[in-house]
Amino acid sequence: MTNIGGGAHIGAVFSCVDILAVLYGGILHVDPTAPKSPIRDRFVLSKGHAGAGLYAALAERGFFPVAQLLTHYQDGSDLSGHVSHKLPGVDVSTGSLGHGLSIASGMAYAAKLKSAPHRVVCLLSDGECDEGSTWEAALFAAHHGLSSLVAIVDYNRIQGIAPVADVLELEPFTDKWAAFGWAVREVDGHDHAALRTALVSVPFAPGKPSCLIAHTTKGKGVSFMENTVLWHYRIPRGAEFDAALAELEAQP
Amino acid sequence: MRDAFIRTLTELVPQHPEVVLLSGDLGFAVLNEYIDRFPRQFLNVGIAEQNMSGLAAGLALEGHAVFTYSIGSFPTLRCLEQIRNDICYHGANVKIVCVGGGMSYGPVGFSHHATEDLAMLRSLPGMQVFSPCDLWEAAEAARYLVSHRGPAYLRLDKSAAPATVQPGEAFRAGRIRTVREGSDVTFVATGGILGEAILAADILADQGIFCRVLSVHTVKPLDRDALTTAASETGGIVSIEEHAVDGGLGGAIAEVLMEAGVFPRFLVRMGLRNTFSSVVGSQQYLRKVYSLDAAAIARTVSAKLGTAVPALA
Repeated sequence: MTNIGGGAHIGAVFSCVDILAVLYGGILHVDPTAPKSPIRDRFVLSKGHAGAGLYAALAERGFFPVAQLLTHYQDGSDLSGHVSHKLPGVDVSTGSLGHGLSIASGMAYAAKLKSAPHRVVCLLSDGECDEGSTWEAALFAAHHGLSSLVAIVDYNRIQGIAPVADVLELEPFTDKWAAFGWAVREVDGHDHAALRTALVSVPFAPGKPSCLIAHTTKGKGVSFMENTVLWHYRIPRGAEFDAALAELEAQP
Repeated sequence: MRDAFIRTLTELVPQHPEVVLLSGDLGFAVLNEYIDRFPRQFLNVGIAEQNMSGLAAGLALEGHAVFTYSIGSFPTLRCLEQIRNDICYHGANVKIVCVGGGMSYGPVGFSHHATEDLAMLRSLPGMQVFSPCDLWEAAEAARYLVSHRGPAYLRLDKSAAPATVQPGEAFRAGRIRTVREGSDVTFVATGGILGEAILAADILADQGIFCRVLSVHTVKPLDRDALTTAASETGGIVSIEEHAVDGGLGGAIAEVLMEAGVFPRFLVRMGLRNTFSSVVGSQQYLRKVYSLDAAAIARTVSAKLGTAVPALA
């Protein structure tokens, strides 16, 4: 997708594809034949720049044909770089960071008002925890005890043009979320079994929103993309694309 | 106007269980009856307008009709991107309510004035923009918004023009109201400052100049017909708003008339011109300072028509 279309953010996609695979591989109660079903679990990809990853997960899950993925970034496509609700299975368009957790909190509050049992899962980047609005939402969700709300933070420690630690340190990150009133757990964000174990046990504490800090590797799966700032924006082309594909295909 | 809005909302909410009112920690005392009667349909979300707007979008996507409520620029400019991306792009059923339109909060200072909001909000796709002139229009706009589905903005002024409603008159969203007939000049005003236009028309009538006065309670969609009619039937148009003329009502009128190819003999845009309302004073005092009171409007018309400056009322 990113090769043909020339889409950026491959590193940010690779850091969260395991999380998306686990979510759409059985954690989220969603139905491709009824994408707007009121009893579905809601999912908000707040790090909208990882749209390619969500599109792939939705296509694999049958929300739309896998072949449509090749239109990503193409003229006239519905598959914009940042995720779009024009696609079946996508509730919310994002792209500007720091929006998703507020929207997800509104959805979770609506669920609480009607005592609906579905969950609302929001996937954030570490970089968007620079945004004050993320913490406005964190305060709100904890104050109102939105226990159906799950924030997963893709903590790959690299943001747009530099490491998180060099831009705005987030540590002690777990403590921050806990101090805001969230029940927090940490997990290896590439360990499917561990992700599943964590996600089936939400809420982590009764009456609290859950935060799962997923320790991830930016560019995971391609040796020369891993843990590099470069591959936030760089587009895999030519020999780099072939090498990346070879590495990924060699993996189980 | 604020009270007329709250009263109308309180009256209608029993028939509208989907309504939720979000306040950005404002509305001390004035929201009490609503909160007491409908605690499940109210949320004080704290001083966090970005979150308020995102929450509103999330609630609306789940079927609620959401009102966000705050002062001046806070529910609009502070969270403009949430309004654009989260509310408008999703066509979310959210109504943004600003109390203290224009320079209502006078001496509190420019930070609490809303003087660019109409321009910014009307540029957003799918957004309807309401700016009533009197208590009747405020209540009727609120009534319309409770039933209307989709993004909208309601700007409430502290000042209200004297009652202008005619017996049996129905409120029609998107239609300009003719408050007074006249053929020499047309005043096109939005918000409580319409009261100044009426006073100016009185002053000018004494001089034998008869002004049509139009109330634009709906800035978007803007009523083309009333404007083109005024441009062709009267001797000129004066737009009056407690807002920047750039992109505001005056700008919108110019756009409509130019595109329609109907050119008034003159168009004067009265409003703030590339300035902040930084002088300290009451709303009425500030109108005088920024040449937006009745006397200034009358002087402007006299100058345009080449008549003597009329005596002040």
